[in-house]
Amino acid sequence: MVARAAREILPGMVVNLGIGLPTKVVNHLAPDYPVCLHTENGLTGIGPTLPTDQADRNLIDAGGAYVSTIPGSAFFDSATSFALVRSGRLDLTMLGAFEVAANGDLANWKIPGKFSPGVGGGIELAQKARRVAVLTTHTDRAGNSKLKEYCTLPLTAQACVARIFTDMAVIDVGPDGFNLVEIAQDVSVADVIDATDAPLHVPDTQLPIF
Amino acid sequence: MKLPDKQSSVEAAIAHVKDGDTVMLGGFGVPGTPFTLIHALVRHGACNLTIVKNDANEPNMGVDHLLQSGLVSRLITTHLGLNAHAIELMNSGQIKVEFNAQGILAERIRAGGAGLGGFLSDIGIGTELAEGKQVLEQDGKTYLVEPALRANFALLHAARADRFGNLAYVATARNFNPLMAMAADCVIAEAETVLPPGGLAPDDIHTTGVFVDHVAALGALSKEYAVVQR
Repeated sequence: MVARAAREILPGMVVNLGIGLPTKVVNHLAPDYPVCLHTENGLTGIGPTLPTDQADRNLIDAGGAYVSTIPGSAFFDSATSFALVRSGRLDLTMLGAFEVAANGDLANWKIPGKFSPGVGGGIELAQKARRVAVLTTHTDRAGNSKLKEYCTLPLTAQACVARIFTDMAVIDVGPDGFNLVEIAQDVSVADVIDATDAPLHVPDTQLPIF
Repeated sequence: MKLPDKQSSVEAAIAHVKDGDTVMLGGFGVPGTPFTLIHALVRHGACNLTIVKNDANEPNMGVDHLLQSGLVSRLITTHLGLNAHAIELMNSGQIKVEFNAQGILAERIRAGGAGLGGFLSDIGIGTELAEGKQVLEQDGKTYLVEPALRANFALLHAARADRFGNLAYVATARNFNPLMAMAADCVIAEAETVLPPGGLAPDDIHTTGVFVDHVAALGALSKEYAVVQR
């Protein structure tokens, strides 16, 4: 699914990849692919991740990984970094999720009583990127669907998610809710419907397989 | 004419901090965190502090030393995910934590430094971060009022400085440092190198020394500044 999600990044885009699974998307882009990656702590033009013995102590991404620059990279302060986000310069962000609702609501920062480390830059990415894609396992460790009719957890942002990449399917969020658009190899439509805790619209046409 | 000399020792600069003060700390993770000034603040012992920092570093590092010493009563931050100890203190009620969206924290500090009272933003509408915030209509849109944020002190880390307090940061160690430099009554910068006036080319300066009250030269950098071995 990470390789499939990487195809969502079109040439020329400015993209922010969230912490966790989305960060791995970069491994599926060709080294000379024309894209500008942004990270919240003040860098556009993120280069490859470096092992600690080659790392620059002053150069990390927002997840704390040691990264590098490429020709044309730029550094800036945190206010500028989020001016870029809030003013709509991000073409695409890919984020993780605890829950996504059929109306595009996203919950990915807090599980009351269990996990509340703070929201970081997530709200602004989810609310202001021109396109928000979620990259997540279809179900949580207990087997519960992360795709729900309504979010039960505190929201990161309302009605922000356009597309969801999971290990089972690619699902678009439309005015009518979840729409199945692609399916993973060796997964049946019935499996996806079964693992989705909300109505899922399935087209009559043959589904592409990834 | 010549520019005033603001070079100070770390200890003499930190000695001004009082109980109950609000202290901003530069840095995002390790880069840009003023570890040496933080250690001096722990030794100084002013308590009941409100700390403003993007994150709480990691256990046994930076902000965590202040937390372990019991000097912090309140933390204004965006994310504590790398410091389980800070989350424990928050959950047990030993410190109060105010979470801000990251860019909103940066902008509140920028506004404080720019002599403004606050600004309007739609970030967080419909989430629990909007709770308790004043709502305003402007041009037919709904906004939250975000108050400006200032502090008694800002402690910063720069790669290079001159004795007037002009500062230059490197790479992602810039982050909140130039914003906090403008937003505190007293600004203390530690720098890996402190040069005579003219040592930094005017175009290479990120923060004019006008904003900086004390500049302290660091000796050999401690392990905290190094690449983190996770």
